[in-house]
Amino acid sequence: MEREKEHLFDKPRNVKRLLTIFYGFLAFLLIGDFFIHKHTEFAWEEWPEFYAIYGFVACVALVLAAKYLLRPIVKRREDYYD
Amino acid sequence: MINTVPPGFIFIIGALFIPIIKNRNLKCGYLLLLPFISFINLIHIPVGTHFTVGFLDYTLVFAKVDRLSLLFGYVFHLITVIAIIYALHVKDDLQHVAGYVYGGAALGVTFAGDLISLFVFWEMLTIGSVFLIWARRTQKSLDAGFRYALVHIVGGLILLAGILMHIHSTGSVEFTYIGLKNGNLGTYLIFFGFGINCAWPILHPWLTDAYPEATITGVIFLSAFTTKTAVYVLARAFPGTSMLIWIGALMTMFPIFYAVIENDLRRVLAYSLINQVGFMVCGIGIGTHLAINGAVSHAFNDIIFKALLFMSVGAVMYRTGKVNATDLGGLYKSMPLTCIFCIVGAASISAFPLFSGFVSKSMVMSAASMGGMSIIWFMLLFASAGVFHHAGIKIPFFAFFSHDSGIRTKEAPLNMLIAMGIAAFLCIFIGTFPEYSVYRLLPFTDVVYHPYTPTHIMAQTQLLFFSALAFTLLLLSGIYPSELRAINLDADLIYRKGSRLLVYVVTETAGAIARAADFVFIKLLPVKLAAFSKQPVSGFMSKMRPANPGAAKSSTGATLETETLLPAGVPVLIAVAFLMILAFVFLKVI
Repeated sequence: MEREKEHLFDKPRNVKRLLTIFYGFLAFLLIGDFFIHKHTEFAWEEWPEFYAIYGFVACVALVLAAKYLLRPIVKRREDYYD
Repeated sequence: MINTVPPGFIFIIGALFIPIIKNRNLKCGYLLLLPFISFINLIHIPVGTHFTVGFLDYTLVFAKVDRLSLLFGYVFHLITVIAIIYALHVKDDLQHVAGYVYGGAALGVTFAGDLISLFVFWEMLTIGSVFLIWARRTQKSLDAGFRYALVHIVGGLILLAGILMHIHSTGSVEFTYIGLKNGNLGTYLIFFGFGINCAWPILHPWLTDAYPEATITGVIFLSAFTTKTAVYVLARAFPGTSMLIWIGALMTMFPIFYAVIENDLRRVLAYSLINQVGFMVCGIGIGTHLAINGAVSHAFNDIIFKALLFMSVGAVMYRTGKVNATDLGGLYKSMPLTCIFCIVGAASISAFPLFSGFVSKSMVMSAASMGGMSIIWFMLLFASAGVFHHAGIKIPFFAFFSHDSGIRTKEAPLNMLIAMGIAAFLCIFIGTFPEYSVYRLLPFTDVVYHPYTPTHIMAQTQLLFFSALAFTLLLLSGIYPSELRAINLDADLIYRKGSRLLVYVVTETAGAIARAADFVFIKLLPVKLAAFSKQPVSGFMSKMRPANPGAAKSSTGATLETETLLPAGVPVLIAVAFLMILAFVFLKVI
């Protein structure tokens, strides 16, 4: 039997590479934040790394709330309405 | 000079000829030609009010052309071309006819200059769209279509009542700024009638219930027309209504929680549709020129990138027959182009710099911050991070990457790829060169907005990439909620289970009333009355004395006595006395 061609993310090494690039870019964003002259409307937008922290916290809160608060309340079997 | 017809008429009338054309190639050509003819017609109608028709004492206007209606007119043509290319392989005429009637109705609403024709086209929207749901021809789509139709019929009636009250109080049918007026119920009814089509919170479940049940190609039309015409009419009639700010902000927030735990990828997209419309509604509520520009340009962009996302998920569904995240994964191996198009759509909806969402969503955000609305701004920012999380990452990740589902299939058909390619190109082109595309069409030309400032680029990139970090860490740590084969209750519970409760209550109550009525009016009263009318007094008197041994028992149990009939005048006397008492009571009451 012909073996299937190995694809990009079949190799764990490639996944690792992608993650390394990703983390590297995050570090770049964190450092770059200090070199930008900010023009903002709200005072807190000028806090260092405001958007990075807000984005991270918001998404963790979103997932935890959806998983531990919303899902137990609304989850039903697939045939619930049948 | 070309003789023009009202916008929308070419779609609606042209649709009727589709079933007549039997040759397959000819039919494809005709389907592709219609939007171009309609578009040429549209651009030849000058700005102003045209196609006025007298109706009763009112004037109907079929083409009120200004910058606001033109922007929607253009994008409705654009998406019709894309959706038709995507659906070219479909051999079901019903879907093509419904799609064009639906698109024509959306154009009709957009260019309606009066409330009466607006209402007629509004109802036509429902008719066109419901057939795109039913055309899937499954029991689920049939049921969902009926629920969808019922909600929209109720919404239409609310709107009609509002329109009639509005016409009564103002004496005018003109469709222009209405605004909420205290003590004027009509304006509120129109507002909520529009709100149902706009999928406001709690009024929204028709969307998340029915869209995922529609046909693969039909949902592209659905994602574009109903909610965006609602955005248009709100922008026309209720700009600056502060209630809309909060409604919009809530719309951006609540669907993302549902989208995170939803398994059906088209339902995830339906939730994110509400989330995006929330930004538009919020912008209309803020009401400044920048905010309205932001709202309508976001509608323009959303129509394209949401269609692109629905198309890519639809292509997966077309090839694999599956749409649940639990059944998919690893498809980048067999559908690489679809995967790339999906990522472009995901980047656009997430508002990555250089993609279309970035240049329009940020206008609404800026308008909120300029107005000093800090809570609203935080809500919108939360939703911006959240939309990246569920639509930007979840859709491509679970369909094309994630665990390998083992499915090996072919790339999407050529027509689907072309449609997705056009949409993907537009997403990038608009995002990269907004001033040469959507910014030229904006209704207010007095505000200039520059999305590409270093502050803004850095802020948005940080927000998105650290949302992605949250996703990555949650996934690697196993905290991210696993996809489950389950459904999630939403506000449609009210009428899906509520209707059963209603049926139970009604049948039980009505049954009890019917049984009581049967006993009183069929079994009891006629017998008593029969006995009474035969012997009004002696029958009663007979109860007082021992039973007459000579009386026969009837089958009903009443005593029949034949000897002692009263003079005929006595019942009449009793009746007259009864009437006099009634008259007395009646007069007293008056």
